[in-house]
Amino acid sequence: MTIHHAPEAFGYDSFLAAHQHKEVLRFIACGSVDDGKSTLIGRLLHDTKQIFDDQITALQRDSRKHGTQGAEIDLALLVDGLQAEREQGITIDVAYRFFSTDKRSFIVADTPGHEQYTRNMATGASTADVAVILVDARAGLTRQTRRHALLVSLLGIRRVALAVNKMDLVGWSQDKFDSITQAFDAFAAPLGFAEVRAIPLSAKNGDNVVLPGAVVPWYRGTPLLQYLEEVPVRVEEQAAPFRMPVQWVNRPNSDFRGFSGLVASGRIAPGDAIVVEPSSRTSTIARIVTADGDLPEAREGQSVTLVLSDEIDASRGSVIAAADAPMRVTDRLDARLFWAAERELLPGASLLAKIGTVTVNAVVTEIRTRIDLETGSPEPAARLVANDIADVSLTLDRPVAVDAYRDNRDTGGFILIDRETTDTAALGLVQPEVEAKAKDEPAEARAAKSGGGFLSKFRWVFGGI
Amino acid sequence: MSAASPTLAATRSGRLTHLQRLEAESIHIMRETVAETENPVMLYSIGKDSSVLLHLALKAFAPGRLPFPLMHIDTTWKFKEMIAFRDARAKELGLDLIVHTNQDGLDRGVGPISHGSEVHTDVMKTQGLRQALDTHKFDAAFGGARRDEEASRAKERIVSLRTAQHRWDPKRQRAEPWHIYNMKKKRGESLRVFPLSNWTELDVWLYIEQEGIPIVPLYFAAERPVVERDGQLIMVDDERLPLAPGETPQMRKVRFRTLGCYPLTGAVESPAVTLPEIIGETLAARTSERQGRVIDKDGSGAMERKKQEGYF
Repeated sequence: MTIHHAPEAFGYDSFLAAHQHKEVLRFIACGSVDDGKSTLIGRLLHDTKQIFDDQITALQRDSRKHGTQGAEIDLALLVDGLQAEREQGITIDVAYRFFSTDKRSFIVADTPGHEQYTRNMATGASTADVAVILVDARAGLTRQTRRHALLVSLLGIRRVALAVNKMDLVGWSQDKFDSITQAFDAFAAPLGFAEVRAIPLSAKNGDNVVLPGAVVPWYRGTPLLQYLEEVPVRVEEQAAPFRMPVQWVNRPNSDFRGFSGLVASGRIAPGDAIVVEPSSRTSTIARIVTADGDLPEAREGQSVTLVLSDEIDASRGSVIAAADAPMRVTDRLDARLFWAAERELLPGASLLAKIGTVTVNAVVTEIRTRIDLETGSPEPAARLVANDIADVSLTLDRPVAVDAYRDNRDTGGFILIDRETTDTAALGLVQPEVEAKAKDEPAEARAAKSGGGFLSKFRWVFGGI
Repeated sequence: MSAASPTLAATRSGRLTHLQRLEAESIHIMRETVAETENPVMLYSIGKDSSVLLHLALKAFAPGRLPFPLMHIDTTWKFKEMIAFRDARAKELGLDLIVHTNQDGLDRGVGPISHGSEVHTDVMKTQGLRQALDTHKFDAAFGGARRDEEASRAKERIVSLRTAQHRWDPKRQRAEPWHIYNMKKKRGESLRVFPLSNWTELDVWLYIEQEGIPIVPLYFAAERPVVERDGQLIMVDDERLPLAPGETPQMRKVRFRTLGCYPLTGAVESPAVTLPEIIGETLAARTSERQGRVIDKDGSGAMERKKQEGYF
């Protein structure tokens, strides 16, 4: 792993060849308030030479004023950019940071640990491929750790690095590390992660962050950065069926009519059969147009303009989908909400729902259950307050095309907008249809059927994931 | 547009590169804004980020025309080469370009030398921008700001709400999950939209190289007349820059990493005359690009404060 690019060793052609084919990995860093998230990100930036001299100078000045590391420079101040954060020594809002190695580019969302900023954490998690969950080796798993693992799982992140931080403060005790790892594995078993990778490290000293720690002979795994360089990205999105919400109809003249959008998942080629939802009219792809010329294929992550073989009706809000994997078209949604607004949500509330590129009126017909983030169990709720997570039923004023969130984050995720304040009041996750049918049955009955107890309640909560 | 078509090449190789994903994300943001707002405008500052923004906009709406005008807030202190470049590009591409100068500030003789960087930026840039947005009733303005530039920008949303007084409230930001942007706003409020939020300085340079995007020649090293002011190399672009008695500008081989008002923009000594050489220097750089910006140094948190006051 070479990170520093010495000017004398710089060969542009080889550099370009390597960089042009680099992928990007988006990850979030989360954990309890003092577990050292910002310090860890500061360390990643610092050790991959992304921090400039003038920023170090500013950092030294700011560390004297706001730092929490005594005389040493406080790397956390690199990421806590807002004045209120520096003054309070906490992260309030999600911060995006960028660094790259020879293998990958990284976009990091540094997310707040405080409960009142859950919506900001959910924002960071919604587009992340991987979550780095920090644990303070001295404290072990806390309520916050469990909450964040749950949130990460709810938002569909399948791969987790459990960064057991401050190992230097427990003398790099393998017993301590093993007991934390085992406790996390037991807790996370029902959460549906594809992989949990536990790494002992010290963000403050840099051991096992970018470079292996010489002080940990018993740990034979990779440092955190190497894990992030090697973990698979966007596997599910590439394998999912073709979906493209139409953003904009491009009609420069009477000879051209194309549907512009970002491919949410899958791939498509000219000649492929498609269906336009929610009208369910079918056609085939005639051309895939870009400013660089027509493409032989479009895939997840590309912004393209599709020309269809037939003059069928499609407009902003329509979704073009693979004909052999049609979407669900419905005006009733069962959804899991992350309620973000300060005002309470009561049944009967009317909001705007923005789903992909369509905005419709939505009425909350029922608040079914709220999820207790400490125990993971569903409980009855008459109203929701800020940062509650709950399952609700919505009625829309017209049918829309959706997928279950667990199958497709982009066509299964939506936001609710408060008409009065125009603020984003909630993040919503479309639940699968099967669960919707079973909803008349009380939650307790279902939990009892699958064996009862704490874990079965989890399984019920995560039945949708 | 590049004949080499990297889009095609990478599609064949089976996965998208970082630059392709960034490009696609930016195009998606621009299309969303055009679809959901009444009267969008692109703020065009003539710098490299604006050049990339313009290039992406042309791509986003091809084969159609650009569905919004460009607007330049001219403080009258920009480098002469910037203005020449702006006018040449506008003519070549047939752009609908609005140039706005704060006439009141101009009448009062406000400038960076007489009034200092803070007052000049506030009057000629921030107030100028607010005047222009109000005059034309634009409800969304694209800007080329990137999150890697400065700590408070790292925290700002891609679609950022401004009050009717153009203020940014960092404590009241909307959640912005997935690729869904809430573009609703109340009467008088407006949006700032940053399609390059997730780009870094290096990404911008690599993309300029890959796509063959024209940029102002000031980015390339050349012999230019400079004087030293507070550790910064300031180019003597016209006779308005006062010289000390007996002081003569020196010819030094310099280039600029960012461009703004010439008395407020420091040059760096450099031999880089090609994009690969600039990219090489960017990789080896030990100082951030904003180091050449005098206005960022008005104290820690200066940018956050300026943004709250309505600076872009």
